[in-house]
Amino acid sequence: MDFDLSDDQRQIKDSVDRMLADAYADLKTKAAAQKEPLGFSKAMWAKYAELGLLGIPFAEADGGLGAGPLETMLVMEAIGRNAAIEPYLSTVVLGGGVLRHAGSAAQKAALIPDVVAGTRRLALAYQERQSRFDLADVTTKARSDDAGGYVLDGEKVVVLGGDSADTLIVVARMSGNRRDRSGLGLFLIGGTAAGVQRTGYATQDGQRAADIKLTNVKVGAEDVLIGKTGDGLAVLERVVDEAIAAIAAEAVGAMSSLHDLTVDYVKTRKQFGVAIGSFQVIQHRCVDMFTALEQARSMAYYATVMASETDAMERRRAVSAAKVQIGKSARFVGEQAIQMHGGIGMTMEYKAGHYFKRLTMIELAFGNTDHHLSLVAKAGGLIAPAA
Amino acid sequence: MDLRFTPEENKFREELRTFFTTEIPASIREKVAIGEHLSKDDMVLAQKTLAKKGWAAPHWPKEYGGTDWTPIQRHIYTEELQACSVPQPLAFNVSMCGPVIIAFGTEAQKKRYLKGMYDLSEWWCQGFSEPGAGSDLASLKTTAVKKDGHYIINGQKTWTTLAQYADWCFVLARTDPDAKKQLGISFILVDMKTPGITVRPIQTIDGGHEVNEVFFDDVKVPLENLVGQENRGWDCAKYLLGNERVGIARIGMSKQRLSRVKQLAGKVMNGDRSLMEDSRFAEKVAAVEVELKALEMTQLRVLAEDAKRRSNMPNPASSILKIKGSEIQQATTELLMEVAGPLALPFLPDEADFGSGDHWAAPAAPAYFNFRKVSIYGGSNEIQRNIIAKAVLGF
Ligand SMILES: Cc1cc2nc3c(=O)[nH]c(=O)nc-3n(C[C@H](O)[C@H](O)[C@H](O)COP(=O)(O)OP(=O)(O)OC[C@H]3O[C@@H](n4cnc5c(N)ncnc54)[C@H](O)[C@@H]3O)c2cc1C
Repeated sequence: MDFDLSDDQRQIKDSVDRMLADAYADLKTKAAAQKEPLGFSKAMWAKYAELGLLGIPFAEADGGLGAGPLETMLVMEAIGRNAAIEPYLSTVVLGGGVLRHAGSAAQKAALIPDVVAGTRRLALAYQERQSRFDLADVTTKARSDDAGGYVLDGEKVVVLGGDSADTLIVVARMSGNRRDRSGLGLFLIGGTAAGVQRTGYATQDGQRAADIKLTNVKVGAEDVLIGKTGDGLAVLERVVDEAIAAIAAEAVGAMSSLHDLTVDYVKTRKQFGVAIGSFQVIQHRCVDMFTALEQARSMAYYATVMASETDAMERRRAVSAAKVQIGKSARFVGEQAIQMHGGIGMTMEYKAGHYFKRLTMIELAFGNTDHHLSLVAKAGGLIAPAA
Repeated sequence: MDLRFTPEENKFREELRTFFTTEIPASIREKVAIGEHLSKDDMVLAQKTLAKKGWAAPHWPKEYGGTDWTPIQRHIYTEELQACSVPQPLAFNVSMCGPVIIAFGTEAQKKRYLKGMYDLSEWWCQGFSEPGAGSDLASLKTTAVKKDGHYIINGQKTWTTLAQYADWCFVLARTDPDAKKQLGISFILVDMKTPGITVRPIQTIDGGHEVNEVFFDDVKVPLENLVGQENRGWDCAKYLLGNERVGIARIGMSKQRLSRVKQLAGKVMNGDRSLMEDSRFAEKVAAVEVELKALEMTQLRVLAEDAKRRSNMPNPASSILKIKGSEIQQATTELLMEVAGPLALPFLPDEADFGSGDHWAAPAAPAYFNFRKVSIYGGSNEIQRNIIAKAVLGF
């Protein structure tokens, strides 16, 4: 058993930590970036590329770094620690994940080098207004054009990074009924292709997303990731599980910052002539936050290791279990941090609220705590009953 | 023991409901129902309508516009107001400063201020908290120094709710720098138009503009704006905070939220059935309903006893109203956010509509964020527990 990082991993961790800590030291820089046309800083994105962070999960043969979930975890944790807003999750983890698992050699060659260079951003358009946490609940239609291509019609909502992505990966139904597990395809389309209508907006946690209407959008044969076989769902589930591992790490980063901020704050904030941290009730609350954080960290490691498990059932149990712990911890740490800060925690001028909001959204992302709890239970839990 | 309302009380409730739902515009009540921010005009219109009917401050003495309703009737009023999503009459006017003026003010002050408070033709804000004085309010540093027939006020207040709309501010300021803590503080009424006052907005985590910093830089206030005795402002403050108990549990509001939760959860699909048919979710809602029922009964016990005792000592059971009330309110916003699910993510302050449109879910997360405040202000839940530990349990 070894929880230590290799030298290479340590180097990635140090460089991404440094880059983001510098960039996000001042909330004003973040606010300014949010006002840029993309909703984040283009220059920052270039820095991610410079450090090689955008190539982490891709095979070296495809132009990537050939690293794995652990390195992704390090980047996501740093993103969480700084409440960073660049679309790493949508481009590298979600979009990149689909390319890795479903892209043909030609598709990978056409897209991955640009992604790694920071000149192409991706978004995964899977969610629909009615689908809630059911990944199979897809009504967007893909009609075959009988020439190996397809025509897409439908609407996707809350597509992370969808407003500024250069390439969209769309999940659409080729056959079957709304929630059927088979019959789903995956398609590449240009962000500004004919028939694509995007409505972008800010999200609660200061990032960007879009609702995307697709009307008669033509997909050439070369842009079909998963077609005839109709087993797009397996890919989608796998990628979403990787994304859950990634946001678990992000949540741990956010919780650790929030915990540090809170402990520092209660040690210095004076009321009634003493630091409020001298009250035992406050100390115990900080200890409970610490416990929640460390339990979450453990499960983030677990999810990271298990995200590449190929046995879908084993992966399901592990990743869902992690999401449950992350969700519970995030809620507790977030709420208590705000409470112990008092009024200052309620303002946008102070970092605590930024972490709290991101953590709140992480709890809801890719299935909330209850959703995953029921998946864990349905899968028989984590421990076999005595014979 | 009879826990039912009398037929007269039920009739009274009917009468209130009819008035609220016919006289207060539906568009305003819908905003309240979904937890959207109200405009100043919305609040003024609602309070003016209540004032015209004589229902803006039922707990005030009749001569100033109040009623002679029983405590139970007043409870029904608050509950029905919240159940019908009528904007609460501005607390700074009718629950805070008004009662202080009535109890401690001069005749001239009552004449000058009460009417404007009652019908909201003058908007008041509360200048108590300071950057260094929150839970420990008595450590406040803002000073009021007597000079040439005026007080000269200097200092900074913060978290001042809706100061951007305010015509007046009731300020706690130190008039005797040598006195210890609570002694040496005075309760002073300040016209917000006075030169030297600067209001700076603070954006809260829900994206709204609800609170402000207010800076006082040599602000000249006539001596007659002192309420009660000089250096005895703490008595006014204590009285004011004690008065807040009325409606603090916000039971009607939580009921309204829960009914909204159940309505929306009945429509949102979670897999092959509605979220409300999901037993995990339904049980979570039921658990909050049980807590709320218990709180309602506790509130009624407090009211029934208050009606008999008429003493100034708060009923020990009343101290739990704030803690439980705030926890339940927060739980309802959490449930609402859970109903919204992934659709809670978009931040669309201008399009949020919680009805049936595309963005029905957009107000859910901001409401959840915003309601973190209810366990912080008005005496944080930690402070409430300290009070109960001391005053009730005798630690
Ligand atoms: C949205 C909002 C609106 C407000 N509106 C107004 C307004 O209009 N006018 C106004 O004057 N004020 C207003 N307030 C201020 C509010 O009353 C204060 O925030 C509150 O008194 C807490 O003070 P603080 O924020 O300085 O926190 P602190 O007092 O610094 O408390 C920080 C944390 O320490 C805890 N703590 C403090 N002392 C103890 C103790 N002895 N034992 C255990 N724990 C303790 C608190 O419970 C809290 O969790 C508002 C606040 C908010 C959030």
